[in-house]
Amino acid sequence: MEPCRLELRNVSKHFGEVKALEDINFQLGNNEVVGLLGDNGAGKSTLIKIITGYYQPTSGEILFKGQKVDKLTVAKARKMGVETVYQERALAELQTLWRNIFLGRELVNKWGLLDVNRMKHETHRLMSQSMGFTSSAVNPESRVGTFSGGEKQGVAIVRALYFDAEIIILDEPTMGLSLKETAKLVNFVRDIKRAGKSAIFIDHNILHVYNVADRVVVIDRGRVAGEFRTKDISLDTLMEKMIRVAEVGSFD
Amino acid sequence: MSSQTNGVPSTASQPYKETFRLSRFIRANGTQLGILAVFFSLWIIFIVSAPKTFLGPQIYYSFMSTVPFFAIMAIPLTLVVIAKEIDLSFTSTMAMGMVAFILTHNATSSVPLSFLAAMATGILIGWINGIIIVKFGIPSLVATIGTQFFWRGAVLVLSQGKSGSLIYVKESLLHPALVGKITSVFPMQMLWLIVIAILGWVLLNRHKFGAHIYLIGDNVKSAELMGVNTARTRVNSFILLGLVSAFAGVVASFHVAFFWPSLGDGYLLRTLASVFLGGTSVFGGVGTILGTFIGAFIIGAIEAATVAVGLTGFWTQLIYGLIIVLSVMMHAYLRKRSE
Repeated sequence: MEPCRLELRNVSKHFGEVKALEDINFQLGNNEVVGLLGDNGAGKSTLIKIITGYYQPTSGEILFKGQKVDKLTVAKARKMGVETVYQERALAELQTLWRNIFLGRELVNKWGLLDVNRMKHETHRLMSQSMGFTSSAVNPESRVGTFSGGEKQGVAIVRALYFDAEIIILDEPTMGLSLKETAKLVNFVRDIKRAGKSAIFIDHNILHVYNVADRVVVIDRGRVAGEFRTKDISLDTLMEKMIRVAEVGSFD
Repeated sequence: MSSQTNGVPSTASQPYKETFRLSRFIRANGTQLGILAVFFSLWIIFIVSAPKTFLGPQIYYSFMSTVPFFAIMAIPLTLVVIAKEIDLSFTSTMAMGMVAFILTHNATSSVPLSFLAAMATGILIGWINGIIIVKFGIPSLVATIGTQFFWRGAVLVLSQGKSGSLIYVKESLLHPALVGKITSVFPMQMLWLIVIAILGWVLLNRHKFGAHIYLIGDNVKSAELMGVNTARTRVNSFILLGLVSAFAGVVASFHVAFFWPSLGDGYLLRTLASVFLGGTSVFGGVGTILGTFIGAFIIGAIEAATVAVGLTGFWTQLIYGLIIVLSVMMHAYLRKRSE
């Protein structure tokens, strides 16, 4: 059997006394879109930040394509093809657009000197092709702080796309977006699937998740409460189950 | 994402051309143009109020001779402040570097070796600052007040509080290389300031290190989420300031061929004022080398000008303090307005 693109085995994360995650087992298949559902504080964002290398798990193992990875850092995870659109967007608002696109992965020569021209050109290309920015006011030298919420989210998404990620993680990407922008985002997740890549999609809106995910994993109070293939369950049943989990902590 | 058509390029990819627009140029370089305007306005005021002093070449040679002692430290301090940190210990680093210089010279009688010992001491002090701040999570303001006193104390203990002549350095080739004069008027320390400013500019604007400095000062959480090694970058910025401060200590001591245990004491306020006047934000993420460079010369000129226009030297400290407070307030105001 082909190994999963990503697998977590018995992963726990404690912050002092607080047990944010307990004994999580999670798989992400090749070319699979997994939706993560769960109430506020269920541990979705913590789980994401373990996969991206931002947090180190208290115990448990992380495997990429069947290979165990020790001491995962953000830089390591990005090298292995994990790109993330964070809930908090992770932009530097006083800096220019091109600096934000290449944040943490600047194009440099062997002495660490920046290839500023290429970064500006790539930014311009990405903006006009993928983001559809045409306004001349928005150019690679614009400061990101002057952008609208949707534009900022666009920057975060395009950044995840540029680096040819194998796994794209979207943490509450529709927050603060207009209806039109949201529809576009959902299409974008479908594009990820079509391009043969994998994605983890977190959203408050169960409908969005249900529509694009192959499988949903429900997290409750730091544990995996259950998982369903979206083709095996109706949206109504899923919603009922979600409400029951939030109330009593189990599906039945 | 306003008119994306499912990943199909909606517009033919035109190569990006940088078009020059005056309004954009002004917006992007506002603080630098501002500081230039302040510089020229002050210059005119100085010339009008003390024409005899400011129309002759002598005062400018004097600026080029004395301003570099603190201006060269203001360059790496700019990087530290952009990263939203501060260092108040660099004046003690100057003196501690010279103590290492003298101790090494006593042991080996070699000026180049002593010079290297001073540089190594600067690196070590910067590294210790960085470790205290980054690994132990101590606010840099507090940590470097502590190390400022510690290293000044170490200087006093090791030198027994005694000053001493460095007349022997005049026989070394390092002396003309650091503080000599080109064509008997242009001071070498000015050349070193220009070299360090250019290196600082390249590091800040054209190197990964500088890119990360800006990102850390702007939003350290974003930098961490995107995989920037924020700890190492910040430690390196303190190391750089330590190294350059030790260098400044050597240059200032060579200039007078004398060592004072109080070396560096008068430079704290001037160096900080240069950085803040130059448009570097105390809130991090914003700042330029050019601004600091011009800021340093304004600070240097103010001292000469207060005396030249007939005020006593006591006024200079008052004016430096005022400049720091006003420039920090101005940036807080501008930042609020742009949000």
